[in-house]
Amino acid sequence: MSAFEAAVGHERDLPDRRYTAERTAGGLLSKRIIVGYGFWIFLLSDIVMFSAFFATYAVLVDATAGGPSGRELFNLRNVAIETACLLLSSFTCGLASIGARKHRGSWFFGAMAATCILGVAFLFIEVREFAGMVAQGAGPTRSAFLSAFFTLVGCHGLHVTAGLLWLMTMMAQVFAKGYRADILRRVLCFGLFWHTLDIIWVAIFTVVYLMGAGQ
Amino acid sequence: MLGKLTWAAVPFDQPIPLFAAALVGVVIMGVLAWITLKGWLPYLWQEWITSVDHKRIGIMYILLAMVMLLRGFSDAIMMRSQQALALHSEGYLPPEHYDQIFSAHGTLMILFVAMPFVIGLMNFVMPLQLGIRDVAFPTLNSVSFWLTATGALLVNISLVVGEFARTGWLPFPPLSEITYSPGVGVDYYLWALQISGVGTLLTGVNFVTTVLKVHAPGMTYMRMPIFCWTTLASNLMIVAAFPMLTATLAMLLLDRYLGFHFFTNDGGGNVMMFMNLIWAWGHPEVYILILPAFGVFSEVVSTFSGKPLFGYRSMVMATMAICILSFTVWLHHFFTMGAGADVNAIFGITSAIIAVPTGVKIFNWLFTMYGGRIVYSTPMLWSIGFMVTFVIGGVTGVLLAVPPADFVLHESLFQVAHFHNVIIGGVLFGAFAGYTFWFPKAFGFRLHEGLGKAAFWCWIVGFYVAFMPLYVLGLMGMTRRMQHYDVPAWRPWLLIAAGGAAIILVGIILQIVQLAVSIRRREELRDVTGDPWNGRSLEWATSSPPPAFNFAVLPRVEGRDAYWTIKQRARQQGGLSKEPRYTDIEMPRNSPTGFICAFFATFMGFALIWHIWWMVAVAALGAYATFVVFAWRDRVEYVIPADEVARIDRANRSARGEALVHMQATP
Repeated sequence: MSAFEAAVGHERDLPDRRYTAERTAGGLLSKRIIVGYGFWIFLLSDIVMFSAFFATYAVLVDATAGGPSGRELFNLRNVAIETACLLLSSFTCGLASIGARKHRGSWFFGAMAATCILGVAFLFIEVREFAGMVAQGAGPTRSAFLSAFFTLVGCHGLHVTAGLLWLMTMMAQVFAKGYRADILRRVLCFGLFWHTLDIIWVAIFTVVYLMGAGQ
Repeated sequence: MLGKLTWAAVPFDQPIPLFAAALVGVVIMGVLAWITLKGWLPYLWQEWITSVDHKRIGIMYILLAMVMLLRGFSDAIMMRSQQALALHSEGYLPPEHYDQIFSAHGTLMILFVAMPFVIGLMNFVMPLQLGIRDVAFPTLNSVSFWLTATGALLVNISLVVGEFARTGWLPFPPLSEITYSPGVGVDYYLWALQISGVGTLLTGVNFVTTVLKVHAPGMTYMRMPIFCWTTLASNLMIVAAFPMLTATLAMLLLDRYLGFHFFTNDGGGNVMMFMNLIWAWGHPEVYILILPAFGVFSEVVSTFSGKPLFGYRSMVMATMAICILSFTVWLHHFFTMGAGADVNAIFGITSAIIAVPTGVKIFNWLFTMYGGRIVYSTPMLWSIGFMVTFVIGGVTGVLLAVPPADFVLHESLFQVAHFHNVIIGGVLFGAFAGYTFWFPKAFGFRLHEGLGKAAFWCWIVGFYVAFMPLYVLGLMGMTRRMQHYDVPAWRPWLLIAAGGAAIILVGIILQIVQLAVSIRRREELRDVTGDPWNGRSLEWATSSPPPAFNFAVLPRVEGRDAYWTIKQRARQQGGLSKEPRYTDIEMPRNSPTGFICAFFATFMGFALIWHIWWMVAVAALGAYATFVVFAWRDRVEYVIPADEVARIDRANRSARGEALVHMQATP
């Protein structure tokens, strides 16, 4: 089993997993593999977009135009709670994937609800942080540094918001239609999306907050 | 209620755009009325607008590209005639209008002509060449197309409602910032590109997945036709480059809409960061365009030389090398930034290096032709015209890659001549070669050869007459984008260039006539067997036009030039292989998701441009609801019964069988 197949999970509908010429040629690859692969490519493109925002942030981090710098603005305790929420939500999202694969409603819905609550908590803390900064005159229009900060972190926040919308849509879909193959593929993609947001957050946590506060 | 939108947005005082828009409006209304009166609307909706068939989507992409080519070319004619007139005078185009024209010309030609043309060709050809039934994500494909169409629509709406950008085809700050461009022109540009950019990105994701994961049995990577390899490379570049465009334009939007300071002069903004970001997308973008064209030439040259492509492996290597190297040269677009000699030297060297794999390709095509029985058909003429023209463009490119020379020639007409030299001589000639080559596959009849050749000669002669003078003018010191000038020595060259544009116009008219004549005489141009050129790859193994499912039975591939092998065997055995066992085929159902989604995207874009916030919210909600409704479908596929498949395939087999008998009777 290749690393890729390990990542997207076992095939449940194809008992014969022999490594044949046809399989390598791709003609018989299952939809699950193709959808998972395509979604990975999409996520890579999303990561490229974030990398442009990261690069911009790195260029503009010192362009404070006489305004406050990260050292004066960032509250690491808040960020630690945020990070804990998001990492934990990734764990519960993993549980939800297992629940979906095992067709266990209590697991799936429970874990998805937990993911949702943790995601909302993360967003709440982030919005509060943003509002606080704007209130003390450190909004995105204050300096190039703050423009870059709000855009990078806010873009991640927007992704989390979209993810929550998707999460609730998936819960509604599984509730209405059950564990159909196409819906399970979407649950798989949602999981990949949510974990990717985690990876990006780890980079934000490091590059923006840890390096910023330690300056 | 309507944000910034008032009646003042309609340019009643400017006759040219108003007249042009009225003309376009009348044409659109006429076409719509004609379609409605003929009762074709249901057919159009069911078979084309909602189609998820890669062949139909490909054709619609190319149609969009051709219509936009007419618009972009009208801009070109206006610019050439303005510069021909404007010695010591104002000409007939006021500066603010002239600036919109060159901005719209570049934007349209690159993003709404060249891009849809090559994406259309990839859409149509690549699944057929891989021997499969459709791309990996057919509905997504339809979404991509309609989002691209939305972008094109927004650019054209700007002709009547408001204005277009006056900032060139790339909106360089600080000119494009709200301080210096307070109108809606730049916003039109930005939202049109953001929306169509999403479409292009989704195409990239779709095609990369298709080429890497969906093939006919036996179609291993090293057996894929070169066009599939260039499709892969081009779409990998889309996936890696277009998100950067999205991010960069998003930052400019934030600057303009919410007062951020990314690229402003104040608040610590950094203008040169925009240059770096936009060209980090922009340079790969030109290779995104040219690589599929290289793929077309590879197919055309080997088919009409009757030989396998020379140096297949080196061709693959060269393609993938370009794919990577294209991300390492962006700084040569602004050597004059002042990054210093060492940085400029590095990017000068990488720019020279990327010419090497391109040179490898040229030699491969030449060696493919060497010793072959060359048929000088229209696609082959475009290919040979390309080789000559592109080498000239490439050499001037290498010249511009030398920083000291670039300091002299930067932003001069020499540069304009260079990129037209490679984009017309490369991308557009490739697109036309592909159009002529695959037209019989798409519609079941060939294009008229004589008119095609006449159009080719007008284009190539017109190209040289129009653009060689620009090299001279660049060396004489004329900068680009001049609305008027006072150097009499430039005048004769500009008159010649205008004459060249007129010759190209004749070429375009001949192409339109060619299409009309070919449709009229389609019976005598009919391609009965599905293999009009004695082709080599799998798209020629099915009928013309191919059935919805492409192949009744997925072909088994045993080597490169898959269809050539099948034909050789049929000739040796004196007949077709025995009839396969037909089975039911499942195909994806058509879906209006793409169209409805683009409908909402158009409103959203328009509302964002004019700050009509309630409409933005309604349209966003509508787009989301469209996706949910799509996701709620229960039946996503329909079945074509085995009998039906057999009936369609037997018709094609009998045509091929007859052709084989005929061929053996006349050796």
